Amino acid sequence: MSRAKTDRIESGRSPWNRFIYNDNTVGYIFASPFIIGFLAFTIIPMLSSLYYSCTNFDLINKEKWVGFANYINLFKDERFLNSLKVTFEYVALSVPLKLAFALFIAFLLTRPSKVVSFYRSLYYLPSLIGGSVAVALVWKELFARNGLINLNLRKLGIDTVNWFGNMSTAKWPIILMTAWQFGSSMLIFAAGLKEIPTSYYEAAEIDGANGWQKFWKITMPCLSPVILFNLIMQLISSFMVFTQAFVITGGGPNDATMYYALYLYKQGIQSRNMGYASAMSWVMLIVMGTVTAIVFKTSKHWVFNEADS
Amino acid sequence: MKVKKTIVTVLYHVFIAGLGLIMIYPVLWMISGSLKNNPEILSGSLNLIPPEWRWENFSTGWRGFGHVTFTTYFKNSIIITVIATLGTVLSSAVIAYSLARCKYRGRKLIFMVMIGTMLLPGQVVMIPQYLIYNRIGWVGTILPLTVPHFFGAAFFIYLMMQFMAGIPRELDEAAIIDGCSKYSVFTRVVFPLLKPALISTIIIQFYWKWDDYMGPMLYLGKPEKYTVSIAVKLFADATSKTDYGPMFAMSTLSMIPVFLIFLFFNRYLVEGISTSGLKG
Repeated sequence: MSRAKTDRIESGRSPWNRFIYNDNTVGYIFASPFIIGFLAFTIIPMLSSLYYSCTNFDLINKEKWVGFANYINLFKDERFLNSLKVTFEYVALSVPLKLAFALFIAFLLTRPSKVVSFYRSLYYLPSLIGGSVAVALVWKELFARNGLINLNLRKLGIDTVNWFGNMSTAKWPIILMTAWQFGSSMLIFAAGLKEIPTSYYEAAEIDGANGWQKFWKITMPCLSPVILFNLIMQLISSFMVFTQAFVITGGGPNDATMYYALYLYKQGIQSRNMGYASAMSWVMLIVMGTVTAIVFKTSKHWVFNEADS
Repeated sequence: MKVKKTIVTVLYHVFIAGLGLIMIYPVLWMISGSLKNNPEILSGSLNLIPPEWRWENFSTGWRGFGHVTFTTYFKNSIIITVIATLGTVLSSAVIAYSLARCKYRGRKLIFMVMIGTMLLPGQVVMIPQYLIYNRIGWVGTILPLTVPHFFGAAFFIYLMMQFMAGIPRELDEAAIIDGCSKYSVFTRVVFPLLKPALISTIIIQFYWKWDDYMGPMLYLGKPEKYTVSIAVKLFADATSKTDYGPMFAMSTLSMIPVFLIFLFFNRYLVEGISTSGLKG
Protein backbone atom coordinates (compact mmCIF):
# COMPACT_ATOMS: atom_id res chain seq x y z
CA MET A 1 0.00 0.00 0.00
CA SER A 2 1.37 3.42 -0.91
CA ARG A 3 2.00 6.01 1.77
CA ALA A 4 -0.45 8.37 0.15
CA LYS A 5 -3.17 5.81 0.60
CA THR A 6 -2.38 5.21 4.27
CA ASP A 7 -2.59 8.96 4.83
CA ARG A 8 -6.13 9.00 3.53
CA ILE A 9 -7.26 5.97 5.42
CA GLU A 10 -5.77 7.18 8.67
CA SER A 11 -7.10 10.70 8.49
CA GLY A 12 -10.39 11.13 10.24
CA ARG A 13 -9.88 8.01 12.35
CA SER A 14 -8.42 8.97 15.68
CA PRO A 15 -8.68 12.37 17.42
CA TRP A 16 -4.91 12.72 16.95
CA ASN A 17 -5.25 12.34 13.19
CA ARG A 18 -8.15 14.72 13.08
CA PHE A 19 -5.97 17.22 14.92
CA ILE A 20 -2.80 16.73 12.90
CA TYR A 21 -4.52 16.93 9.49
CA ASN A 22 -6.65 19.93 10.49
CA ASP A 23 -5.97 22.93 8.22
CA ASN A 24 -5.06 25.19 11.14
CA THR A 25 -2.60 22.65 12.55
CA VAL A 26 -0.93 22.11 9.18
CA GLY A 27 -0.57 25.86 8.66
CA TYR A 28 0.93 26.50 12.07
CA ILE A 29 3.28 23.53 11.91
CA PHE A 30 4.73 24.81 8.64
CA ALA A 31 4.84 28.38 9.95
CA SER A 32 6.34 27.39 13.30
CA PRO A 33 10.02 27.96 12.38
CA PHE A 34 9.17 31.54 11.50
CA ILE A 35 7.08 32.15 14.63
CA ILE A 36 9.75 30.71 16.94
CA GLY A 37 12.58 32.50 15.15
CA PHE A 38 10.74 35.80 15.13
CA LEU A 39 10.13 35.63 18.87
CA ALA A 40 13.61 34.41 19.77
CA PHE A 41 15.77 36.46 17.40
CA THR A 42 13.75 39.62 16.84
CA ILE A 43 11.05 40.32 19.44
CA ILE A 44 12.89 39.26 22.59
CA PRO A 45 16.16 41.00 21.61
CA MET A 46 14.33 44.16 20.55
CA LEU A 47 12.27 44.37 23.72
CA SER A 48 15.23 43.69 25.96
CA SER A 49 17.20 46.35 24.11
CA LEU A 50 14.34 48.79 24.74
CA TYR A 51 15.01 48.22 28.43
CA TYR A 52 18.79 48.51 27.99
CA SER A 53 18.38 51.74 26.02
CA CYS A 54 17.25 53.34 29.28
CA THR A 55 20.29 52.09 31.19
CA ASN A 56 24.04 52.59 31.12
CA PHE A 57 24.83 48.89 30.45
CA ASP A 58 28.44 48.21 29.45
CA LEU A 59 28.40 44.36 29.27
CA ILE A 60 30.46 44.07 32.48
CA ASN A 61 28.92 46.03 35.35
CA LYS A 62 25.34 45.77 36.55
CA GLU A 63 23.30 48.26 34.56
CA LYS A 64 21.79 51.38 36.17
CA TRP A 65 18.48 52.94 35.06
CA VAL A 66 19.09 56.33 33.45
CA GLY A 67 15.67 57.06 31.94
CA PHE A 68 15.73 58.86 28.60
CA ALA A 69 19.25 60.22 29.10
CA ASN A 70 20.65 58.11 26.22
CA TYR A 71 18.03 59.40 23.79
CA ILE A 72 18.56 63.01 24.88
CA ASN A 73 22.32 62.64 24.58
CA LEU A 74 21.95 61.18 21.09
CA PHE A 75 20.46 64.39 19.79
CA LYS A 76 23.22 66.40 21.41
CA ASP A 77 25.88 64.11 19.94
CA GLU A 78 27.43 65.88 16.95
CA ARG A 79 28.95 62.64 15.63
CA PHE A 80 25.59 60.89 15.72
CA LEU A 81 23.82 63.73 13.90
CA ASN A 82 26.63 63.78 11.37
CA SER A 83 26.31 60.00 10.86
CA LEU A 84 22.62 60.45 10.07
CA LYS A 85 23.43 63.22 7.61
CA VAL A 86 26.15 61.34 5.72
CA THR A 87 24.05 58.17 5.66
CA PHE A 88 21.08 59.96 4.11
CA GLU A 89 23.40 61.59 1.59
CA TYR A 90 24.93 58.24 0.70
CA VAL A 91 21.50 56.64 0.24
CA ALA A 92 20.18 59.54 -1.84
CA LEU A 93 23.16 59.34 -4.20
CA SER A 94 23.82 55.62 -4.45
CA VAL A 95 20.32 54.12 -4.71
CA PRO A 96 19.06 56.09 -7.76
CA LEU A 97 22.41 55.59 -9.49
CA LYS A 98 22.33 51.86 -8.86
CA LEU A 99 18.71 51.36 -9.91
CA ALA A 100 19.02 53.50 -13.05
CA PHE A 101 22.03 51.48 -14.10
CA ALA A 102 20.34 48.18 -13.27
CA LEU A 103 17.29 49.10 -15.35
CA PHE A 104 19.39 50.39 -18.23
CA ILE A 105 21.43 47.18 -18.47
CA ALA A 106 18.40 44.93 -17.90
CA PHE A 107 16.66 46.77 -20.73
CA LEU A 108 19.64 46.37 -23.07
CA LEU A 109 19.80 42.67 -22.27
CA THR A 110 16.21 41.93 -23.29
CA ARG A 111 17.38 41.58 -26.89
CA PRO A 112 17.00 38.00 -28.03
CA SER A 113 20.57 36.89 -28.56
CA LYS A 114 22.52 33.79 -27.70
CA VAL A 115 25.23 35.72 -25.90
CA VAL A 116 22.81 37.67 -23.71
CA SER A 117 22.92 35.12 -20.88
CA PHE A 118 26.69 35.34 -20.97
CA TYR A 119 26.51 39.14 -20.71
CA ARG A 120 24.02 38.83 -17.88
CA SER A 121 26.46 36.67 -15.91
CA LEU A 122 29.22 39.15 -16.66
CA TYR A 123 27.22 42.04 -15.23
CA TYR A 124 26.04 39.98 -12.30
CA LEU A 125 29.59 39.17 -11.26
CA PRO A 126 30.23 42.39 -9.28
CA SER A 127 27.11 41.70 -7.18
CA LEU A 128 28.27 38.20 -6.54
CA ILE A 129 31.58 39.20 -5.00
CA GLY A 130 31.16 42.92 -4.36
CA GLY A 131 30.16 42.54 -0.74
CA SER A 132 33.40 40.80 0.11
CA VAL A 133 36.32 42.23 1.98
CA ALA A 134 38.56 41.19 -0.92
CA VAL A 135 36.83 43.55 -3.34
CA ALA A 136 36.76 46.36 -0.78
CA LEU A 137 40.54 46.00 -0.46
CA VAL A 138 40.92 46.16 -4.24
CA TRP A 139 38.79 49.29 -4.27
CA LYS A 140 40.90 50.87 -1.56
CA GLU A 141 44.00 50.23 -3.68
CA LEU A 142 42.40 51.51 -6.91
CA PHE A 143 41.49 54.86 -5.36
CA ALA A 144 44.59 55.23 -3.15
CA ARG A 145 46.77 58.38 -3.30
CA ASN A 146 49.13 56.59 -5.68
CA GLY A 147 46.62 54.00 -6.80
CA LEU A 148 45.81 52.80 -10.28
CA ILE A 149 43.20 55.50 -10.97
CA ASN A 150 45.35 58.44 -9.91
CA LEU A 151 48.44 57.17 -11.72
CA ASN A 152 46.46 56.83 -14.93
CA LEU A 153 44.84 60.24 -14.48
CA ARG A 154 48.35 61.65 -14.17
CA LYS A 155 49.44 59.85 -17.34
CA LEU A 156 46.56 61.52 -19.15
CA GLY A 157 47.62 64.87 -17.74
CA ILE A 158 44.54 65.26 -15.55
CA ASP A 159 44.81 66.50 -11.95
CA THR A 160 44.80 63.65 -9.49
CA VAL A 161 42.30 63.47 -6.67
CA ASN A 162 43.20 62.61 -3.10
CA TRP A 163 40.03 60.50 -2.84
CA PHE A 164 40.27 59.41 0.78
CA GLY A 165 42.00 62.56 1.99
CA ASN A 166 39.16 64.98 1.29
CA MET A 167 35.88 65.08 3.15
CA SER A 168 34.04 65.88 -0.07
CA THR A 169 35.52 63.12 -2.24
CA ALA A 170 35.83 60.20 0.21
CA LYS A 171 32.22 59.15 -0.33
CA TRP A 172 32.49 58.73 -4.09
CA PRO A 173 34.54 55.52 -4.23
CA ILE A 174 32.05 53.94 -1.81
CA ILE A 175 29.04 55.18 -3.80
CA LEU A 176 30.59 53.92 -7.03
CA MET A 177 31.27 50.57 -5.44
CA THR A 178 27.62 50.31 -4.38
CA ALA A 179 26.32 51.26 -7.81
CA TRP A 180 28.76 48.77 -9.36
CA GLN A 181 26.91 45.97 -7.56
CA PHE A 182 23.71 46.49 -9.52
CA GLY A 183 23.47 42.83 -10.60
CA SER A 184 20.72 41.54 -8.32
CA SER A 185 18.47 44.54 -9.04
CA MET A 186 19.19 43.96 -12.71
CA LEU A 187 18.08 40.32 -12.49
CA ILE A 188 14.83 41.32 -10.80
CA PHE A 189 14.24 43.99 -13.47
CA ALA A 190 15.02 41.43 -16.19
CA ALA A 191 12.46 39.02 -14.72
CA GLY A 192 9.91 41.83 -14.63
CA LEU A 193 10.61 42.89 -18.22
CA LYS A 194 10.18 39.30 -19.39
CA GLU A 195 6.66 39.25 -18.01
CA ILE A 196 5.37 42.28 -19.91
CA PRO A 197 3.15 40.81 -22.66
CA THR A 198 4.61 41.45 -26.12
CA SER A 199 1.06 42.13 -27.35
CA TYR A 200 1.18 45.49 -25.54
CA TYR A 201 4.17 46.54 -27.62
CA GLU A 202 2.64 45.20 -30.83
CA ALA A 203 -0.54 47.18 -30.21
CA ALA A 204 1.48 50.33 -29.55
CA GLU A 205 3.46 49.81 -32.75
CA ILE A 206 0.27 49.58 -34.76
CA ASP A 207 -0.77 52.89 -33.17
CA GLY A 208 2.56 54.33 -34.36
CA ALA A 209 4.38 54.65 -31.02
CA ASN A 210 8.15 55.12 -31.18
CA GLY A 211 10.69 53.39 -28.93
CA TRP A 212 10.79 56.24 -26.43
CA GLN A 213 7.01 56.35 -26.10
CA LYS A 214 6.86 52.59 -25.71
CA PHE A 215 9.39 52.79 -22.88
CA TRP A 216 7.55 55.50 -20.92
CA LYS A 217 3.99 54.41 -21.66
CA ILE A 218 4.31 50.62 -21.47
CA THR A 219 7.59 49.48 -19.95
CA MET A 220 7.73 51.90 -17.03
CA PRO A 221 4.10 51.51 -15.86
CA CYS A 222 4.23 47.73 -16.19
CA LEU A 223 7.51 47.63 -14.35
CA SER A 224 6.53 50.05 -11.57
CA PRO A 225 5.70 47.34 -8.97
CA VAL A 226 9.14 45.82 -9.60
CA ILE A 227 10.75 49.26 -9.30
CA LEU A 228 9.02 49.75 -5.96
CA PHE A 229 10.30 46.38 -4.74
CA ASN A 230 13.87 47.12 -5.82
CA LEU A 231 13.71 50.63 -4.40
CA ILE A 232 12.62 49.43 -0.96
CA MET A 233 15.18 46.62 -0.83
CA GLN A 234 18.02 48.90 -1.90
CA LEU A 235 17.00 51.69 0.46
CA ILE A 236 17.15 49.31 3.38
CA SER A 237 20.46 47.74 2.47
CA SER A 238 22.01 51.14 1.69
CA PHE A 239 20.99 52.61 5.02
CA MET A 240 23.01 49.86 6.61
CA VAL A 241 26.24 50.27 4.63
CA PHE A 242 29.03 48.90 6.76
CA THR A 243 31.69 46.60 5.34
CA GLN A 244 32.80 48.84 2.46
CA ALA A 245 33.18 51.90 4.68
CA PHE A 246 34.76 49.89 7.48
CA VAL A 247 37.40 48.39 5.19
CA ILE A 248 37.99 51.29 2.78
CA THR A 249 37.84 54.46 4.86
CA GLY A 250 37.21 53.33 8.44
CA GLY A 251 34.75 56.23 8.67
CA GLY A 252 37.26 58.93 7.79
CA PRO A 253 38.43 61.46 6.93
CA ASN A 254 37.07 63.47 9.83
CA ASP A 255 33.88 61.31 9.97
CA ALA A 256 32.98 62.08 6.34
CA THR A 257 32.05 58.40 5.84
CA MET A 258 31.10 57.60 9.44
CA TYR A 259 27.85 55.96 8.41
CA TYR A 260 25.17 55.04 10.88
CA ALA A 261 26.03 51.34 11.15
CA LEU A 262 29.70 52.15 11.55
CA TYR A 263 29.02 54.56 14.39
CA LEU A 264 26.70 52.02 15.99
CA TYR A 265 29.51 49.48 15.89
CA LYS A 266 31.99 51.96 17.35
CA GLN A 267 29.69 52.89 20.23
CA GLY A 268 28.30 49.45 20.99
CA ILE A 269 31.01 46.90 20.29
CA GLN A 270 34.21 48.91 20.48
CA SER A 271 33.34 51.29 23.34
CA ARG A 272 30.83 48.92 24.95
CA ASN A 273 28.28 51.67 25.45
CA MET A 274 25.50 49.13 25.07
CA GLY A 275 22.82 51.36 26.54
CA TYR A 276 23.66 54.14 24.14
CA ALA A 277 23.91 51.74 21.18
CA SER A 278 20.53 50.23 22.06
CA ALA A 279 19.00 53.69 21.95
CA MET A 280 20.66 54.21 18.56
CA SER A 281 19.10 50.97 17.29
CA TRP A 282 15.65 52.15 18.29
CA VAL A 283 16.10 55.57 16.73
CA MET A 284 17.22 53.87 13.52
CA LEU A 285 14.19 51.57 13.59
CA ILE A 286 11.93 54.62 13.78
CA VAL A 287 13.84 56.44 11.02
CA MET A 288 13.74 53.41 8.72
CA GLY A 289 10.08 52.80 9.44
CA THR A 290 9.24 56.40 8.58
CA VAL A 291 11.22 56.35 5.33
CA THR A 292 9.64 53.07 4.23
CA ALA A 293 6.16 54.31 5.12
CA ILE A 294 6.71 57.49 3.08
CA VAL A 295 7.86 55.48 0.06
CA PHE A 296 4.82 53.20 0.32
CA LYS A 297 2.49 56.17 0.70
CA THR A 298 3.83 57.97 -2.37
CA SER A 299 3.91 54.71 -4.34
CA LYS A 300 0.13 54.90 -4.73
CA HIS A 301 0.72 57.77 -7.14
CA TRP A 302 3.33 56.18 -9.33
CA VAL A 303 2.91 52.42 -9.08
CA PHE A 304 0.60 51.20 -11.79
CA ASN A 305 -1.82 48.59 -10.56
CA GLU A 306 -3.33 46.35 -13.20
CA ALA A 307 -6.28 45.55 -10.97
CA ASP A 308 -7.31 49.22 -10.93
CA SER A 309 -7.46 49.77 -14.64
CA MET B 1 18.06 48.55 -44.19
CA LYS B 2 19.86 45.25 -43.69
CA VAL B 3 23.22 47.00 -43.45
CA LYS B 4 21.87 49.43 -40.89
CA LYS B 5 20.58 46.56 -38.81
CA THR B 6 23.96 44.83 -38.88
CA ILE B 7 25.72 48.03 -37.81
CA VAL B 8 23.31 48.45 -34.90
CA THR B 9 23.89 44.85 -33.85
CA VAL B 10 27.68 45.25 -34.00
CA LEU B 11 27.56 48.53 -32.03
CA TYR B 12 25.31 46.86 -29.47
CA HIS B 13 27.74 44.01 -28.88
CA VAL B 14 30.78 46.31 -28.80
CA PHE B 15 29.06 48.53 -26.24
CA ILE B 16 27.77 45.71 -24.00
CA ALA B 17 31.01 43.72 -24.10
CA GLY B 18 33.16 46.83 -23.61
CA LEU B 19 31.15 48.03 -20.65
CA GLY B 20 31.19 44.51 -19.22
CA LEU B 21 34.96 44.44 -19.46
CA ILE B 22 35.22 47.75 -17.57
CA MET B 23 32.86 46.30 -14.95
CA ILE B 24 34.97 43.25 -14.24
CA TYR B 25 38.33 44.98 -14.72
CA PRO B 26 38.87 45.49 -10.94
CA VAL B 27 38.38 41.75 -10.43
CA LEU B 28 40.78 40.86 -13.25
CA TRP B 29 43.27 43.36 -11.83
CA MET B 30 43.07 41.64 -8.46
CA ILE B 31 43.63 38.20 -10.02
CA SER B 32 46.62 39.44 -11.98
CA GLY B 33 47.87 41.20 -8.83
CA SER B 34 47.99 37.84 -7.11
CA LEU B 35 50.90 36.98 -9.41
CA LYS B 36 52.79 40.27 -9.07
CA ASN B 37 55.03 41.80 -6.40
CA ASN B 38 54.51 45.18 -4.70
CA PRO B 39 56.37 47.43 -7.21
CA GLU B 40 54.56 45.76 -10.13
CA ILE B 41 51.15 46.23 -8.48
CA LEU B 42 51.83 49.84 -7.49
CA SER B 43 53.32 50.84 -10.86
CA GLY B 44 49.93 51.96 -12.16
CA SER B 45 50.20 49.74 -15.22
CA LEU B 46 46.84 48.69 -16.67
CA ASN B 47 48.48 45.56 -18.07
CA LEU B 48 46.86 42.44 -16.72
CA ILE B 49 49.60 39.98 -17.72
CA PRO B 50 52.16 39.73 -14.91
CA PRO B 51 55.74 40.33 -16.17
CA GLU B 52 56.77 37.32 -14.13
CA TRP B 53 54.36 34.75 -12.70
CA ARG B 54 55.02 34.90 -8.98
CA TRP B 55 53.21 31.80 -7.72
CA GLU B 56 55.03 32.12 -4.40
CA ASN B 57 52.43 34.73 -3.39
CA PHE B 58 50.01 31.88 -2.87
CA SER B 59 52.27 29.88 -0.58
CA THR B 60 53.27 33.02 1.33
CA GLY B 61 49.66 34.07 1.74
CA TRP B 62 48.44 30.62 2.72
CA ARG B 63 50.76 30.64 5.75
CA GLY B 64 48.29 33.08 7.29
CA PHE B 65 48.89 34.84 10.58
CA GLY B 66 50.51 33.61 13.76
CA HIS B 67 50.25 29.84 13.68
CA VAL B 68 46.91 29.76 11.90
CA THR B 69 46.97 29.02 8.18
CA PHE B 70 44.31 29.55 5.53
CA THR B 71 43.43 25.84 5.80
CA THR B 72 41.76 26.71 9.10
CA TYR B 73 40.10 29.87 7.77
CA PHE B 74 38.65 28.04 4.76
CA LYS B 75 37.44 25.18 6.93
CA ASN B 76 35.67 27.62 9.25
CA SER B 77 34.08 29.53 6.38
CA ILE B 78 32.86 26.37 4.69
CA ILE B 79 31.33 24.96 7.90
CA ILE B 80 29.47 28.18 8.70
CA THR B 81 28.32 28.83 5.13
CA VAL B 82 27.11 25.31 4.41
CA ILE B 83 25.15 25.01 7.68
CA ALA B 84 23.61 28.47 7.29
CA THR B 85 22.68 27.93 3.63
CA LEU B 86 21.08 24.55 4.29
CA GLY B 87 19.13 25.99 7.19
CA THR B 88 17.89 28.94 5.17
CA VAL B 89 16.76 26.88 2.17
CA LEU B 90 14.86 24.25 4.15
CA SER B 91 13.21 26.53 6.69
CA SER B 92 12.26 29.19 4.14
CA ALA B 93 10.63 26.59 1.86
CA VAL B 94 8.56 25.22 4.74
CA ILE B 95 7.42 28.68 5.82
CA ALA B 96 6.68 29.79 2.26
CA TYR B 97 4.46 26.71 1.84
CA SER B 98 2.55 27.64 4.95
CA LEU B 99 1.99 31.21 3.77
CA ALA B 100 1.31 30.46 0.11
CA ARG B 101 -0.61 27.21 0.22
CA CYS B 102 -2.23 26.64 3.61
CA LYS B 103 -5.51 28.10 4.83
CA TYR B 104 -5.66 28.92 8.51
CA ARG B 105 -6.60 31.62 10.94
CA GLY B 106 -3.79 34.12 11.50
CA ARG B 107 -2.07 33.52 8.16
CA LYS B 108 -2.48 37.13 7.06
CA LEU B 109 -0.98 38.38 10.30
CA ILE B 110 2.02 36.07 10.00
CA PHE B 111 2.50 37.20 6.39
CA MET B 112 2.47 40.85 7.41
CA VAL B 113 4.96 40.24 10.22
CA MET B 114 7.17 38.35 7.77
CA ILE B 115 7.15 41.29 5.33
CA GLY B 116 7.88 43.53 8.30
CA THR B 117 11.02 41.56 9.14
CA MET B 118 12.13 41.86 5.51
CA LEU B 119 11.98 45.62 5.93
CA LEU B 120 13.89 45.41 9.19
CA PRO B 121 17.58 45.97 8.49
CA GLY B 122 19.93 43.53 10.15
CA GLN B 123 22.00 46.23 11.80
CA VAL B 124 19.00 47.49 13.75
CA VAL B 125 18.87 44.18 15.60
CA MET B 126 22.67 43.79 15.71
CA ILE B 127 23.14 45.28 19.19
CA PRO B 128 19.98 43.72 20.68
CA GLN B 129 20.98 40.30 19.34
CA TYR B 130 24.53 40.72 20.55
CA LEU B 131 23.21 41.36 24.07
CA ILE B 132 21.08 38.20 23.97
CA TYR B 133 23.85 36.01 22.56
CA ASN B 134 26.22 37.45 25.14
CA ARG B 135 23.80 36.54 27.93
CA ILE B 136 23.33 32.93 26.81
CA GLY B 137 27.04 32.47 26.21
CA TRP B 138 27.00 32.17 22.40
CA VAL B 139 29.56 34.92 21.77
CA GLY B 140 32.82 33.31 20.68
CA THR B 141 31.07 30.35 19.03
CA ILE B 142 29.63 29.83 15.55
CA LEU B 143 26.09 29.47 16.96
CA PRO B 144 24.98 33.10 16.36
CA LEU B 145 26.15 32.73 12.75
CA THR B 146 24.29 29.49 12.02
CA VAL B 147 21.33 28.74 14.32
CA PRO B 148 19.17 31.79 13.40
CA HIS B 149 19.21 30.63 9.77
CA PHE B 150 17.05 27.63 10.65
CA PHE B 151 14.08 29.91 11.27
CA GLY B 152 13.62 31.27 7.77
CA ALA B 153 14.73 34.48 6.09
CA ALA B 154 11.98 36.83 4.93
CA PHE B 155 13.61 37.69 1.61
CA PHE B 156 13.81 34.04 0.57
CA ILE B 157 10.38 33.16 1.98
CA TYR B 158 9.01 35.93 -0.21
CA LEU B 159 11.02 34.77 -3.24
CA MET B 160 9.68 31.24 -2.83
CA MET B 161 6.11 32.45 -2.33
CA GLN B 162 6.39 34.34 -5.61
CA PHE B 163 7.61 31.20 -7.28
CA MET B 164 4.89 29.03 -5.71
CA ALA B 165 2.29 31.41 -7.14
CA GLY B 166 3.37 30.03 -10.52
CA ILE B 167 2.84 26.38 -9.53
CA PRO B 168 -0.78 25.53 -10.45
CA ARG B 169 -2.98 24.84 -7.44
CA GLU B 170 -4.66 22.08 -9.46
CA LEU B 171 -1.55 19.99 -8.80
CA ASP B 172 -2.13 20.24 -5.03
CA GLU B 173 -5.79 19.42 -5.48
CA ALA B 174 -5.08 16.46 -7.72
CA ALA B 175 -2.60 15.12 -5.17
CA ILE B 176 -5.15 15.52 -2.35
CA ILE B 177 -7.74 13.62 -4.39
CA ASP B 178 -5.16 10.91 -4.91
CA GLY B 179 -4.88 10.64 -1.16
CA CYS B 180 -1.98 12.92 -0.27
CA SER B 181 -2.15 14.84 2.98
CA LYS B 182 -1.18 18.53 3.15
CA TYR B 183 2.20 17.31 4.40
CA SER B 184 2.90 15.01 1.49
CA VAL B 185 1.71 17.66 -0.97
CA PHE B 186 4.67 19.68 0.28
CA THR B 187 7.26 16.92 0.22
CA ARG B 188 6.09 15.29 -3.03
CA VAL B 189 4.61 18.07 -5.14
CA VAL B 190 5.56 21.60 -4.11
CA PHE B 191 9.09 21.08 -2.81
CA PRO B 192 10.36 19.22 -5.92
CA LEU B 193 8.78 21.82 -8.23
CA LEU B 194 10.40 24.61 -6.23
CA LYS B 195 13.85 23.59 -7.46
CA PRO B 196 14.72 26.78 -9.41
CA ALA B 197 13.74 28.98 -6.46
CA LEU B 198 15.66 26.74 -4.06
CA ILE B 199 18.74 27.04 -6.22
CA SER B 200 18.43 30.84 -6.44
CA THR B 201 18.25 30.84 -2.65
CA ILE B 202 21.33 28.63 -2.37
CA ILE B 203 23.37 30.91 -4.62
CA ILE B 204 22.34 34.16 -2.96
CA GLN B 205 22.52 32.90 0.62
CA PHE B 206 25.82 31.16 -0.03
CA TYR B 207 27.59 34.27 -1.20
CA TRP B 208 25.97 36.52 1.37
CA LYS B 209 27.21 34.23 4.09
CA TRP B 210 30.59 33.59 2.52
CA ASP B 211 31.24 37.33 2.10
CA ASP B 212 29.78 38.24 5.49
CA TYR B 213 32.28 40.23 7.45
CA MET B 214 30.33 41.88 10.25
CA GLY B 215 28.89 38.68 11.77
CA PRO B 216 32.19 36.81 12.10
CA MET B 217 33.89 39.98 13.34
CA LEU B 218 31.31 40.37 16.10
CA TYR B 219 31.11 36.79 17.25
CA LEU B 220 34.34 34.95 16.47
CA GLY B 221 36.87 36.06 19.03
CA LYS B 222 39.81 33.72 18.52
CA PRO B 223 42.07 33.61 15.42
CA GLU B 224 41.53 29.81 15.18
CA LYS B 225 37.85 30.51 14.54
CA TYR B 226 38.28 33.28 11.97
CA THR B 227 36.65 32.99 8.57
CA VAL B 228 38.35 33.77 5.26
CA SER B 229 36.82 37.26 5.04
CA ILE B 230 38.25 38.21 8.44
CA ALA B 231 41.64 36.73 7.52
CA VAL B 232 41.86 38.60 4.21
CA LYS B 233 41.28 41.88 6.04
CA LEU B 234 44.20 41.05 8.37
CA PHE B 235 46.62 41.56 5.46
CA ALA B 236 45.60 45.22 5.33
CA ASP B 237 45.72 45.59 9.12
CA ALA B 238 49.35 44.49 9.40
CA THR B 239 51.33 47.20 11.17
CA SER B 240 54.21 46.86 8.75
CA LYS B 241 53.83 47.59 5.04
CA THR B 242 50.98 45.72 3.33
CA ASP B 243 52.17 42.84 1.17
CA TYR B 244 49.77 43.18 -1.76
CA GLY B 245 50.74 40.06 -3.72
CA PRO B 246 49.80 37.53 -1.00
CA MET B 247 46.78 39.64 -0.06
CA PHE B 248 45.45 39.51 -3.63
CA ALA B 249 46.38 35.83 -3.90
CA MET B 250 44.24 34.96 -0.87
CA SER B 251 41.50 37.36 -2.01
CA THR B 252 41.40 35.49 -5.32
CA LEU B 253 41.19 32.13 -3.59
CA SER B 254 38.46 33.45 -1.29
CA MET B 255 36.26 34.08 -4.31
CA ILE B 256 36.61 30.63 -5.87
CA PRO B 257 33.80 28.91 -3.90
CA VAL B 258 31.39 31.68 -4.87
CA PHE B 259 32.44 31.43 -8.52
CA LEU B 260 31.97 27.66 -8.52
CA ILE B 261 28.48 27.84 -7.02
CA PHE B 262 27.59 30.48 -9.56
CA LEU B 263 28.98 28.53 -12.52
CA PHE B 264 27.09 25.38 -11.58
CA PHE B 265 23.78 27.04 -10.88
CA ASN B 266 23.87 30.15 -13.04
CA ARG B 267 21.20 29.04 -15.49
CA TYR B 268 18.66 28.61 -12.69
CA LEU B 269 19.15 32.10 -11.29
CA VAL B 270 16.89 34.00 -13.67
CA GLU B 271 14.39 31.14 -13.79
CA GLY B 272 14.04 31.14 -10.03
CA ILE B 273 13.14 34.80 -9.72
CA SER B 274 9.53 35.40 -10.50
CA THR B 275 7.94 38.80 -10.20
CA SER B 276 4.44 37.68 -11.18
CA GLY B 277 3.06 38.13 -7.69
CA LEU B 278 4.42 41.67 -7.33
CA LYS B 279 1.71 42.95 -9.60
CA GLY B 280 -1.84 43.96 -8.91
